[in-house]
Amino acid sequence: MTKTTGAKALIESLEHQKVDTIFGILGGAILPVYDALCGNTNIRHILARHEQGAVHAAEGYARASGRPGVCMATSGPGATNLVTGIANAYMDSSPVIALTGQVPSTGVNTSYMIGRDAFQEADIIGITTPITKANYQPRSVAEIPTTVNTAFYIATTGRPGPVLIDLPKNVQAEVAEVEYTTQVVARGYNPTVDPDLAQVAAAVEILADAERPIILAGGGTIIAGASDELAQMSELLMAPIATTFMGKGAFPENYPYSVGCIGMHGNPAANRLMSESDALLAIGTRFSDRATANTDSFCPNAKKIHVDADPAEIGKNIDVDIPIVGDAKITLRVLHAALSQKLSKKEKTEWKKRVREVKEKLSPLTNEVPKNVTPKALLTELRKLLPNDAIVTTEVGQNQMWSALYFKALKPRTFISSGGLGTMGFGFPASLGAKVACPDRAVVDIAGDGSFLMTENMLATSITEDIPVTVIVLNNSVLGMVAQWQRMLYKRRYMAVNLGKSPDFVKLAQSYGAEGTRAGSIPEFQAAIKKALKSKVTTVIDVPIGSEEDVVPFVPPGCGLPQQRGDY
Amino acid sequence: MENAKTRVVSAIVENKPGVLHSVANLFRRRNFNIESITVGATEDKELSRITITVNADEKTLDQVVKQLDKLVDVVGVTELDPNSIVTRELALVKINVPSSKERSDIINCVQVFRGRIVDVSPESLIVEITGTPDKIDAFLNLMKMFGIIELARTGITALARGARGVNIDD
Repeated sequence: MTKTTGAKALIESLEHQKVDTIFGILGGAILPVYDALCGNTNIRHILARHEQGAVHAAEGYARASGRPGVCMATSGPGATNLVTGIANAYMDSSPVIALTGQVPSTGVNTSYMIGRDAFQEADIIGITTPITKANYQPRSVAEIPTTVNTAFYIATTGRPGPVLIDLPKNVQAEVAEVEYTTQVVARGYNPTVDPDLAQVAAAVEILADAERPIILAGGGTIIAGASDELAQMSELLMAPIATTFMGKGAFPENYPYSVGCIGMHGNPAANRLMSESDALLAIGTRFSDRATANTDSFCPNAKKIHVDADPAEIGKNIDVDIPIVGDAKITLRVLHAALSQKLSKKEKTEWKKRVREVKEKLSPLTNEVPKNVTPKALLTELRKLLPNDAIVTTEVGQNQMWSALYFKALKPRTFISSGGLGTMGFGFPASLGAKVACPDRAVVDIAGDGSFLMTENMLATSITEDIPVTVIVLNNSVLGMVAQWQRMLYKRRYMAVNLGKSPDFVKLAQSYGAEGTRAGSIPEFQAAIKKALKSKVTTVIDVPIGSEEDVVPFVPPGCGLPQQRGDY
Repeated sequence: MENAKTRVVSAIVENKPGVLHSVANLFRRRNFNIESITVGATEDKELSRITITVNADEKTLDQVVKQLDKLVDVVGVTELDPNSIVTRELALVKINVPSSKERSDIINCVQVFRGRIVDVSPESLIVEITGTPDKIDAFLNLMKMFGIIELARTGITALARGARGVNIDD
């Protein structure tokens, strides 16, 4: 037992969880914690310029490293500014710990304030209940160590997700006896790790007889670190691997068995092969509507096996034949062992031929020498310029879908994007978080001009805190994805998509102390990237592109994956 | 919703602030329709029981149970088998009494339904009645002819028959 303040108990508990970085912005109700951060701790605090930047950076840190990312804000507007990022982490199953200050609950020198609409009071517990795995508001110093342990345990296990701790100011300041334990209190939380063997046996029956099996790897396979197991399963089954958008990077996209992402803007080969398969092994995916398109024509000929860590995902969006609840990595191992005893070594010659044929015919990638700056040419070129372990983040919209189509991810945790929530402004702060987690690797944010403006203020953090990344702004002067939808689905009736006079991104970067450069051709782009990768400060590369450039092909709303169209 | 019918879900939850909010919020958020919800103590002072009746088909009910189970504060949850269930609801019914003739008619009905008269005034009676929702519906139907001034129903609480309870160990 030691006598300490709540704020110090919080910092020490975070240190016990091996936290090395907090992304945050302070304010009145979190001052005692900032006071405790002053000296005497190895935790690095990175000052964001907006709380949304802090929480996205924490998620970027988490997704690049696999370790929980921590962000902090004050009460009221500080806390509510975290909400978008918390919702983002919840949708994409990222382990993020959000710490917020709260007005005093009680105290000697302060009157009771919670519930009285005090200055900068917001009910952040109520607000974040549907977008966190759990949230806590410790009312005494003694509760803090157990609360922090429990928060980290819940955030990082099972299907990961964000957990929020809201700490009233008086509890931060109070001095009390504290015992640091490893205790976790979550009686109703017992994630399933090992698969049910009867279900595995049933899955083996289906897979052993399959002639045209396909594997669909979701974000859960990246979280579980199941890339090797995926490769082994693909080899054993002689099955191509498609991924969801969130699963991009789970399996190297330059391998012959990789067929790319499925979905509305998915790789045509992946969408086609899904529809032709007779057995689907889906792992760590929630069958998002953007991945499946119309569910009636989703893998219509396939027996479906669904492996997921979250039982609530099974049967939610897609009816499956064999549900298996379990960790992706462990389940794949168990399934592989059971299957290798059952499977005949018969070559699936026809299916292999068909996979090759579809990939060649429907590949969205070009092998021509690119002359004009098109997103396709630029992103194909970018892959050649970046090391294999470089981390790419994206914003949301056309830049994101072009990246999914044309930039091949070769390793897990190297492609980080806002999948479920589709949060514009995510990519740049996330790239900073990724760089902090992996300082020795190149980090590039593929942005659009619309998205980048949403969190561009984090350039100040990037320069001040010495976090050099590269931002590629695909600058078409419009909100491109919605413009494309207005073009395709609203008869070109453009409304509110023209960005008009955007800032000069080169000068904007320079005014923050970053490098700014413009690339009007592929050779210029090559030179800019090479220079940026060596630069000690963040570089913004402005690349003007055509404003009517589309992401094609796409599956119109309401249609199924096979109805992907290249025209309109 | 085809095959939608009233189903009873029993959840054992942590007895602490905010839990009812998470449960109610989940129903709103996922578009599940609560018909009634009751919360009360259990044999363990750290746990409460929430009994929810929902109108749902099987697929929706499966989601209700799984989504509830996903909440960290929900320790155990199950659908109660309609063929092996004890359900009770309590209603307090304030009934208009125009004359003494009607008063004795009402008292006769109350006796048949094994209710109790808990308050008497010159123009009204309050009846306490306990039973399955069907029984209470039938009693209320009868009372309509006299005029119901006010009604308070608790919503049902329920337990599965037999020795087994809601599994709270995994």
